[in-house]
Amino acid sequence: MIIATLCGMGFGTSMMLKLSVEDILKEEGLRAKIESWDLGSHKGQKADIIVAPDDMARHLKDSESEVVLIHNLTDEAEIKTKLMAAINELQA
Amino acid sequence: MTKITFELDELLTLKTTRAKVQVKSWQEAADIVGNLLVDEGKVQPGYVARMKEVIDEVGPYMVIAPGVALLHARPEHGVNMPCIALITLDEPVPFGHAENDPVDIVFAFGATDKDSHVPALKKLAKQISRSEVIESVRSAHSDKALCEAFVELCDHPNRTKE
Repeated sequence: MIIATLCGMGFGTSMMLKLSVEDILKEEGLRAKIESWDLGSHKGQKADIIVAPDDMARHLKDSESEVVLIHNLTDEAEIKTKLMAAINELQA
Repeated sequence: MTKITFELDELLTLKTTRAKVQVKSWQEAADIVGNLLVDEGKVQPGYVARMKEVIDEVGPYMVIAPGVALLHARPEHGVNMPCIALITLDEPVPFGHAENDPVDIVFAFGATDKDSHVPALKKLAKQISRSEVIESVRSAHSDKALCEAFVELCDHPNRTKE
């Protein structure tokens, strides 16, 4: 499973999200390849799940990945609930 | 090579903190918080312009939590040394974010490499998620009180401020 975190520059927000995703997977005993992407370079790359700030929804309309949109990037509970729902969906 | 460290409580100083600033727009807030770093020689003026361009181009996704924006560009956009600045606004302004507007706490940071700032950002996110931290930042009415509120909470991440 590949999980990508996405933001405008692949540098701040997506890195923060990447650490959150790593923590959540560790807690849940799950393994995945986690990448952080920026908008400029994400096209053509493939991931099973993309985690991004909800404000970036319009940039992800055509994505074939399962898209997880986060309102509050500091809210671990929100990230966990939404990410786990996407992982369960993927594994169903 | 010396390892680059990025410690929030060491990087935020009185010179890069302003409490209860009056602004009319998010652009003005971005200029003020960014120029604190320019004035200290931490970033080039072009860095501040780039922070704003990214929001114009991509959207206000840097409003990471209700009321809180974390502005930045990339190392190659003109960062001289690792840095962070913080302002609070007297009156919140909209950044155009559907969920997290309006904003009254604005951080700007600059990093000089790809990942030395990441643990600090994570720590910052954790602090921002705690309502008592946000309350103490919002209730600081002087630059000194704001800087101290921030540094105190970075120093003691598990302590609840009374």
